Amino acid sequence: AYVAAMDGAKVLMLEAGRNYDPVRETPMFQVHSQAPLRAAGTPDKPLGFYDSTVGGGWDLPGEPFTNASTDPKRAFTWWRARMLGGRTNHWGRISLRNGPYDFKPWSRDGLGIDWPIGYDDLAPYYDKVEMLVGIFGSNEGMENTPNSSPGVLLPPPHARAGELLAQQRAATLGIPVIPIHRAVLTRRQDADTIPARLHPGNLKAQRILAKAMRERGACFWATECGRGCSIRANYQSPTVHLPPALATGNLDIITGAMVREILVDESGKATGVSYVDTATGSERTVHARVIMLAASAAESVRILLNSKSSRFPNGLANSSGLVGKNLMDTVGAGLGGQIPLLENLPLHNEDGAGGDHVYMPWWLYKEQHAGKLDFPRGYHIEFTTGRHMPSLGTAAGLEKLTGGSYGKAFKADARRYYGSKLSFAGRGEMIPNDECFTEIDPTVKDKWGIPVLRFHWKWSEHELRQVAHQQKTFAEIIDAMGGKADKPAADPSNAIRAGGNVKHEVGGAIMGNDPNKSVTNAFAQTWEVKNLFLTDGAPFCSNADKNPTLTIMALAWRATEYALEEMRRGNV
Amino acid sequence: MSDPTRMDRRVAIKWMLSAVGSVALLNGDALAQAPVSAGGAGYGVDPKLLTSYKPGDLWRLTMSASQRRTAAVLCDVIIPAEGGTPSASALHVHDFLNEWISAPYPAHQRDRTVIIDGLAWMDAESVRRFGKPFHKIAMQQRHSICDDICYEPKANPEFKTAAAFFRRYRDLTAGGFYTTPAGMKDIGYVGNVALPAFNGPPKEVKALLGVGESNP
Repeated sequence: AYVAAMDGAKVLMLEAGRNYDPVRETPMFQVHSQAPLRAAGTPDKPLGFYDSTVGGGWDLPGEPFTNASTDPKRAFTWWRARMLGGRTNHWGRISLRNGPYDFKPWSRDGLGIDWPIGYDDLAPYYDKVEMLVGIFGSNEGMENTPNSSPGVLLPPPHARAGELLAQQRAATLGIPVIPIHRAVLTRRQDADTIPARLHPGNLKAQRILAKAMRERGACFWATECGRGCSIRANYQSPTVHLPPALATGNLDIITGAMVREILVDESGKATGVSYVDTATGSERTVHARVIMLAASAAESVRILLNSKSSRFPNGLANSSGLVGKNLMDTVGAGLGGQIPLLENLPLHNEDGAGGDHVYMPWWLYKEQHAGKLDFPRGYHIEFTTGRHMPSLGTAAGLEKLTGGSYGKAFKADARRYYGSKLSFAGRGEMIPNDECFTEIDPTVKDKWGIPVLRFHWKWSEHELRQVAHQQKTFAEIIDAMGGKADKPAADPSNAIRAGGNVKHEVGGAIMGNDPNKSVTNAFAQTWEVKNLFLTDGAPFCSNADKNPTLTIMALAWRATEYALEEMRRGNV
Repeated sequence: MSDPTRMDRRVAIKWMLSAVGSVALLNGDALAQAPVSAGGAGYGVDPKLLTSYKPGDLWRLTMSASQRRTAAVLCDVIIPAEGGTPSASALHVHDFLNEWISAPYPAHQRDRTVIIDGLAWMDAESVRRFGKPFHKIAMQQRHSICDDICYEPKANPEFKTAAAFFRRYRDLTAGGFYTTPAGMKDIGYVGNVALPAFNGPPKEVKALLGVGESNP
């Protein structure tokens, strides 16, 4: 929507959830004792009371989904964020580029599916997105962990005490700890030069973007990013993408618009969308020359499969039968430990940029390629250290360390151990498999009468062995830090998070070069419906360990430029 | 290792007998209130985030007066006043516990059973040992009970269930306390303030850890 509106196209955005304004609505400095239940998560707010997600969660009233299997290890969990900006409001803001290997996994090891594009096709768009949204990080030149172009990244923040200790000790294991890339402004953006680099020749767009950039504040090193950011220092689309797009006068937004299906004419062209106005329950129709579906991978699949007509009896753009197939999530598992060296450190402020400042990129590409590991794809490691704002669990579960102290002794113990625990989280690549897909449930409908998704899920040995390696590695790092690790799960199937649980579900309508083996072409344009594009995670052919949001934004920018050019040429 | 959610028959019978024995002294109050369910709806998926909430604002609080009294005393056994820091009950942590066990969510309803039963046990055990409910006995006497249940792995078999209660109660009390401004100060949290720059850990911290300068 941003790219099209800035280019001069008239855009109508339909959002299933409500309007949401982080500037007015973010609980920035509220402390947990001001919230119900000390802000701990509940079924209504699973990530905590102050999480920015409103109208979302795992289980939405009246909006079910189903699982084909009753086996909990084959369950798929589906996060929805029905609000303006969707998941860009609460996300971790970790913004890692896919590398060259990540686009050609099949060519590299014979597993999975190659993308029809390579890293070089997307690199210019990564630069654009990073300049627009503001990403901090550094260029380390590591294998399959691409550098950004000069001048694109903002400076990374200093590492925290526990991060420095991990860096020093992980090095003894050959594991690198480097600045992470996150979508937070560590200083204000260069509004004098970036607009011209992003919108060459478009003075109106440059002027609007420069103004929008000047309205964003730099991070003031307090408050959690997941709450949202009223000073607009982090990236969430309602504070970064939408204000300039709206300022062009080319963008209209309808919230509370739950899309039922895409409408087509006799020639097979998409003509518009029918949706339910959630405030009144009435059915509405809007028409457009081009439709971009960006409802999140699984929701876009649902809309395509529900868009049935005599011409498209199996759903729209689905003659390959691949809509819903190749669904992937990130492989996630964690392990915690306690580090005596971090006890009783002199007090200092460790809030920082709200999330991790450093991480461990996958470091065993060569060993893996040489067949020295028993799993084919890698993972990076995220870890959280430091004395963060105390939450309900901060001084909980200490009895193994304290022998069950209470009273004044407990208070001394709470001070001693505060900030000395840390946890490592692996984020790894899953290879698409035939048992992970989604389809329309034959009987269940949501409260609007729209048929819902039914998920099928099964982790393969590739992911389970990767998790076993993660658990072993985390325990080794904690040991190297002089700490004591929690007991790792003996069976990796008990450590791996359920499908969908990392909220990185992608795929379901993959791109490719062959209309029989893919749903869209290399520009995310569906093969069957030329004026229909998929600009969320649905066209992903693989799900590298790198968190998907940055790649979704880069693909969307590229797809939109292509669509605008095709419109100019009269092809769509 | 004992599973805190299971109780063997012998322990269950002892627990019930001691609770029943205490009814007369407690005017039946604790037990009479126990089966009351909070019910009702939660705060929904789109609550007002900028409002400051107090226990009781969103759902009815369900502890009886005597349960609340025992809860407050036990909170202060776990987190007493010390130096300049008030005790847990002075910061109304027992009201938070009341809010917690009255919340209409499944996990909170499970905690409700553990905590209401546990508070009844505390009073019953206090009556058994000292002839008076928990709030009326001396601090030393309170400690003599808590010492038997403060660490599950070392608790005698007859105290295992009470120890599981105490573990949960201590976790919630600590959570309630350390999330208040006074509690945050007590534990050593110095953040949640806007800063012009983030300079990483001070030199003395780096020296203690034996680490060099940070990356950037």
